[in-house]
Amino acid sequence: MQRKAIFNNKLLPYLLLAPQLAITLVFFFWPAGEAVWYSFIRQDAFGISTQFVWFENFTDLFADPLYHQVIINTLIFSLAVTVLAMGLALGLAVLADRHIRGKDGYRTLLIWPYAVAPAIAAILYIFLFHPDIGLIGRALKAAGVAWDYMLNGNQAMLVVVLAAAWKQVSYNFLFFLAGLQSIPRSVLEAASIDGASPLHRFRTVIFPLLSPTTFFLLVINITYAFFDTFGIIDALTKGGPGNATQTLIYRAYIDGRVNLDLGSSSAQSVVLMIAVMALTLVQFRFIERKVHY
Amino acid sequence: MAEARNSIAAPMGMAGSNPRADMLTHIILVLGVLLFALPIWIVLMGSTHDAGTIGRGDVPLLPGAEAAANYSAVWSQGNKQRAGVPVSTMMFNSAIMALLITFGKIAISIISAYAVAFFSFPGRMLFFWAIFITLMLPVEVRIFPTFQVVSDLGLVNTYAGLIVPLIASATATLLFRQFFLTIPDELVEAAKMDGAGPIRFFKDVVLPLSATNIAALFVILFVYGWNQYLWPLLVTTSSDVETIMIGIVKMLGSQGDTEWHLVMATTVLALLPPVAIVILMQRWFVKGLVETEK
Amino acid sequence: MAELKLSGIVKNFGAVRVLHGIDLVVQDGEMIVIVGASGCGKSTLLRIVAGLERSTGGTVLIDDRDVTALEPAARDIAMVFQNYALYPHMRVFDNMAYGLRIRGLAKDDIKRRVGEAAELLGLSALLDRRPKELSGGQRQRVAMGRAIVREPKLFLFDEPLSNLDAKLRVAMRAEIKRLQRRLGVTSLFVTHDQVEAMTLGDRLVVMHEGCAAQIASPMEIFERPADTYVAGFIGSPSMNFLPATITEDAKAAALSDGNIIALPPGQYATRPGQKVTLGIRPEHISLPGPLRLTTDLIEPLGSECVVHGKLAAGETMALRLPGAPPSAAVLDIAPRTQHLHVFDAETGKRLPPHS
Repeated sequence: MQRKAIFNNKLLPYLLLAPQLAITLVFFFWPAGEAVWYSFIRQDAFGISTQFVWFENFTDLFADPLYHQVIINTLIFSLAVTVLAMGLALGLAVLADRHIRGKDGYRTLLIWPYAVAPAIAAILYIFLFHPDIGLIGRALKAAGVAWDYMLNGNQAMLVVVLAAAWKQVSYNFLFFLAGLQSIPRSVLEAASIDGASPLHRFRTVIFPLLSPTTFFLLVINITYAFFDTFGIIDALTKGGPGNATQTLIYRAYIDGRVNLDLGSSSAQSVVLMIAVMALTLVQFRFIERKVHY
Repeated sequence: MAEARNSIAAPMGMAGSNPRADMLTHIILVLGVLLFALPIWIVLMGSTHDAGTIGRGDVPLLPGAEAAANYSAVWSQGNKQRAGVPVSTMMFNSAIMALLITFGKIAISIISAYAVAFFSFPGRMLFFWAIFITLMLPVEVRIFPTFQVVSDLGLVNTYAGLIVPLIASATATLLFRQFFLTIPDELVEAAKMDGAGPIRFFKDVVLPLSATNIAALFVILFVYGWNQYLWPLLVTTSSDVETIMIGIVKMLGSQGDTEWHLVMATTVLALLPPVAIVILMQRWFVKGLVETEK
Repeated sequence: MAELKLSGIVKNFGAVRVLHGIDLVVQDGEMIVIVGASGCGKSTLLRIVAGLERSTGGTVLIDDRDVTALEPAARDIAMVFQNYALYPHMRVFDNMAYGLRIRGLAKDDIKRRVGEAAELLGLSALLDRRPKELSGGQRQRVAMGRAIVREPKLFLFDEPLSNLDAKLRVAMRAEIKRLQRRLGVTSLFVTHDQVEAMTLGDRLVVMHEGCAAQIASPMEIFERPADTYVAGFIGSPSMNFLPATITEDAKAAALSDGNIIALPPGQYATRPGQKVTLGIRPEHISLPGPLRLTTDLIEPLGSECVVHGKLAAGETMALRLPGAPPSAAVLDIAPRTQHLHVFDAETGKRLPPHS
């Protein structure tokens, strides 16, 4: 993984690397190390004395039924967002891949949601689903549904899922489209000559050939659902009602910022770190094998 | 044989061979486009009406008359009720943050990638993996200790504190390195023959050749920087350094007294820069996005 | 213009020795072609002269100046690469001017030099184009232009014609030769193609497994190859080799089937009973003769034909005969004695002349 033709300078490379390494050290490794350290200590109520408590923060965490709820919330949320965002994106990509007029126009019009911030997506969805001022929210109430996601946990989860998925569809759409376009036409033509029905072709030829893309997006979407959706939750429901829409990242934030529980918040951060590392490792293990530098 | 290919609703079939399927395709795609556009449309329309209309719950689907009033109000005064910051200030802060993050990240990453790709030195692979690992540590995961460090350095509520911790992640470095590995050896050797040292080579050859990648990264990083929420939330404590994302969420307040029409206007303004950049630089952006993550 | 002197060049890649001590003196204005099969070390040798590789041992002297430790840019040399290595984002003019700009030449000087080189190479109309708009031959000429404007002491060519199609290769070959003659710059040219080697070189260096098997003029190499490798490498179809044993009177050699072949008198120092390899080129075989050849394959080339066949004891041979192919299935042939080569069977080296 090294080029053959290189330069011989000895000092220059270190100088070039210095900025990134310095920042990485100060703002990545040091805080990550501190997070790990803090996860092993507990502060008293006044924040005066600290105590080394080994894994107690972790055991307390995993024994807390509220934390269990948060884990379940996160899993449901991630699953729903992933399935929705990927399913819809795949469908749209398949359609946009056909040789129809205005193909590029559709692509432009379906890509721009990538630019929308999670926080903004949440606000947009407020204007859709709010019981008082939201278009759909008011329609639902008028139709007799007891719609108020500020009071109903399940409805709250539904709304955040929709908002999060909405934003992610365009990202997935881009990748699925690229993946579809890299399937050689000859393979599709051969399948169609073989007499396979379109659905059958999709199932047995296209979907398997898309599997690297699918797998890659799976990891990306789950990571997105775990982390990047903080803004959406903060803007729409603030984790509520109760803790119905509190995900792992949101809970870690609340415990750290609002409850000022450094030990528990750090422990939660460490749990998240491990989850991310596992996800990234999985991604590179299975995907990078197919990529050659 | 021809019958099988012309079957109804053949999403994978050769287009033009089945007008019904094409029509269906268009319909579904248009629905998709509308689905995405709907929330924006509502917000755009709503921003042109007054507080009363929206508060009453009549969600307008057509433009109203208050466009000028609303937009100029938020631009210069923000959300008055909350002693708000003018949207112009917040947009400015967001722009500074996004641009500095973008240029900072590109600059730092491209030279790091250059070092790793074009030189051989002790610790090279170690440093590379150290940078690579940061991919696994998005800011949300190390948020509080990072805040602690920033606070200890006295950088809370400053541009520096806002930007520097976000500048050194690995994606750009990896993209550049991957690209640098494809530069032919002979090109480097020819440049050596011509008398170019590493810095000259970087300036005269590598940088121009990286133009497409830089453009793609510009779009990706600008959107990333502009849309930052959690980190600015922690680091900014006074309202004059607030970014637009934070400002908008703050405007929401408690449900009763939110000035929805102003929120809508602000939302539209907040959307303009990133969406404009994505659409205008679409081609590089698509290429870059697909290359980066792979 | 300069003299190039290589002394004892050795190169190891890790534990593998790739060059085993090369000595070469190139006269001012000479075109030396380094030729050999892939992996023989010819490119490595060139790159060591260029400064792109560091030798493990030995020295490189250009005009009596020891450049062994110097970077390429400090050696006052120019190189033409196999894949042209043009800067894709620069126009032709800038590609050629780049090296001069770095060296701080005045703008007018640069313009003049580039203009002259472009004129010489027929590139004057293309100066504003980008490399991707040029054909392979044009790109190769730009690569040469880049080398010419530098007015260096030494030209280095690294298989520059390998990427061109056959017809273009022949045309460019002639152009390179004319150019080098005209400019009179000392040149090293690496190729695996023996025809290129024979036509371009004032002298050839035939490389084999990291050693210089022979350094001599093309005709010398053709007429007096130093060993079986060189003998078999130059000439197409390649030389025929027949294992034999020197007879009692040391004036002839016996083939395995008993046939006696007379050796050219007074040319080789032989011992009776010595095991040798006889070499005879396909074009130096005549009819009739004592050896019986069963023909196998006949390739008519128009003005002549190539006949492949087997001798009684199984040795394969190829002959070149003028005119139309013979109709007979069996031919009686004889090697022309004065063109017979004798090599030691074990070392492959040409037998020393009769003392």
